[in-house]
Amino acid sequence: MTTQLPPGIQLETIDDRIMTLNVGPQHPGSGHMRLIIKVDGDYIVSCDPDPGYVHRGEEKMAEYRNYIQNIPHLERPVIHDSCNILYPYCLAVEDLLGIEVPERAKYIRVIASELNRCIYTLYWLAIYGIFLGHSTMFMWPAGDRELFIDLLEAMSGARVTHAYFVPGGVRNDLPANFEERCLRQVNYFEKRIKEYEAIFYQNPVLKQRTEGTGILSRMDAIRLGTTGSVLRASGVDFDLRKKEPYDVYENLDFETQVMKEGDSYARSRIPYLEMFESCRIIKDALRKMPKSGSVRTKLKPNPKGGNDESYRRVESGRGSLGFHVISNNRPEPYRVKISVGSFRNLICIPYLLKGEKLGNMPSVYWSLNYWPVEADR
Amino acid sequence: MGSKKKVDKESSETNIDATELANDQNNESDDDSTKLTKEEAKKYYEEKGIDLSHDVPIHVQPIPPFEKSMADKIVSKFGQKVVVDYVRPNRIRMNTKREDILDVAYFIRDELKFDHAESVGGVDYPDSKEIEVVYHLGSYTDEQLGNKILALATRVPREDIPNPGNDSTRTPSLRDVFYSVEFHERECFEMFGVFFEGHPDNRRLLLPEDWADIPPFRKDFKIKGR
Repeated sequence: MTTQLPPGIQLETIDDRIMTLNVGPQHPGSGHMRLIIKVDGDYIVSCDPDPGYVHRGEEKMAEYRNYIQNIPHLERPVIHDSCNILYPYCLAVEDLLGIEVPERAKYIRVIASELNRCIYTLYWLAIYGIFLGHSTMFMWPAGDRELFIDLLEAMSGARVTHAYFVPGGVRNDLPANFEERCLRQVNYFEKRIKEYEAIFYQNPVLKQRTEGTGILSRMDAIRLGTTGSVLRASGVDFDLRKKEPYDVYENLDFETQVMKEGDSYARSRIPYLEMFESCRIIKDALRKMPKSGSVRTKLKPNPKGGNDESYRRVESGRGSLGFHVISNNRPEPYRVKISVGSFRNLICIPYLLKGEKLGNMPSVYWSLNYWPVEADR
Repeated sequence: MGSKKKVDKESSETNIDATELANDQNNESDDDSTKLTKEEAKKYYEEKGIDLSHDVPIHVQPIPPFEKSMADKIVSKFGQKVVVDYVRPNRIRMNTKREDILDVAYFIRDELKFDHAESVGGVDYPDSKEIEVVYHLGSYTDEQLGNKILALATRVPREDIPNPGNDSTRTPSLRDVFYSVEFHERECFEMFGVFFEGHPDNRRLLLPEDWADIPPFRKDFKIKGR
């Protein structure tokens, strides 16, 4: 008896040579996503990424809640970088509602977003370490992360999901003696992460596994529209904190980190070097911040935007993060479109893995700074 | 600053007269060239339909010259085919018909040096039976364009009973112009049912293979219980 297949579905023929592997969605090596990889012996012939296992429809949910109610759920795609994902949303809503942000709140936002960037980078570095078989590199960043988590807990009251940024400023002022404590911990942190250099980045095993694998040329990085550390590792000097400075970034002293190699090693090193820049920004911001003043412009309950739209973006831990918010005289936004760095870098995965050895898959995949939950939204 | 404090106090107690407030703000900053005069601001609010009962007035900035010159270049090339929606600091938005979008996109890439797409979003307008597709384009190669975003929008007809891929909701794909739109267009196809003609890989991306409902980001798809 032959079974009737539904139209459009074909049975795959078995090839002697080419084998199909499903990596994920439950495989720890891929996060919550599936990679359909075809291999010829040890070499990858093609790769088809299949995201969507953690798609929650954040954009749809945002159409049902007003501008303030949207704050907690919009940070869910990247809870480890929650300040940076709320940042463009707040900027866009401030544009739509015409809100001015107090000077002190701008500095507090910058400090919180840089602390959060370090927290995210350490989390990612821990995972990158363990997937390359370097368990010390899992333990150290996971422990050092606690320092900044404690600082953000003192600022916002929550360890991971802060919901600290609101349109018009930040939710509450800094606690007493925060500046001293923050400066002390950042100084310690700078000394501490210097130790990563010898144990991880100069490690010959790591270098052998990552140097020269998954090379993305400068032209391809631009053509594929990549962003964040992937772009800067391929030699493009593009950081939105410099190019399109939001809030007070133009007053602060820091540099962008660029490398020309474009391989997995460069992609894993850029976020590490940027942690030093983050520390520099935090210290500079603490120095220049007004010592007192309002931190939040008061809004009326249920504010309404006009028939207008706004597209704002910031540099998050994974690259440019944009919010396109459309309002139509209602307390709820008409449409919210989130453009995230992970989703934009997804296009690199089939491109970089083609022709690579299967054993290099984790080092290439994790070097892309890809966060499946954020990509799916 | 003194008047601003007063405003905060008042707004927490009662609804203040917004037009009075707008006048107040305009008087305060007559010498500031970035703000409009009283009449201009009023006209702007009315045109945009902005809710004047809001307690903080909107700061309207004058049209920036660089962005204006860029918009003029496109208009002088295509004339009636493109409509400039707005020109703001670092942001330009223009609308075009779907027949012309490929020509406009090639011009934007080759002459204006925009080289990648940041996002491709759909917006559903069931009242006018249209779906809008918005491309946000940016540039890495041109130093001057680093902070600029050009939004290119087109509208496609919308059918009440969608049949994604087989109905009139279709537009040319920009994948040959901007390679980076590949996954964004796939997402727009499954979420709004907009078919992109010429896209090499029109498959589902985020939704499950057995999804049998209408495209979920359309306005007539309701979240259960809401």
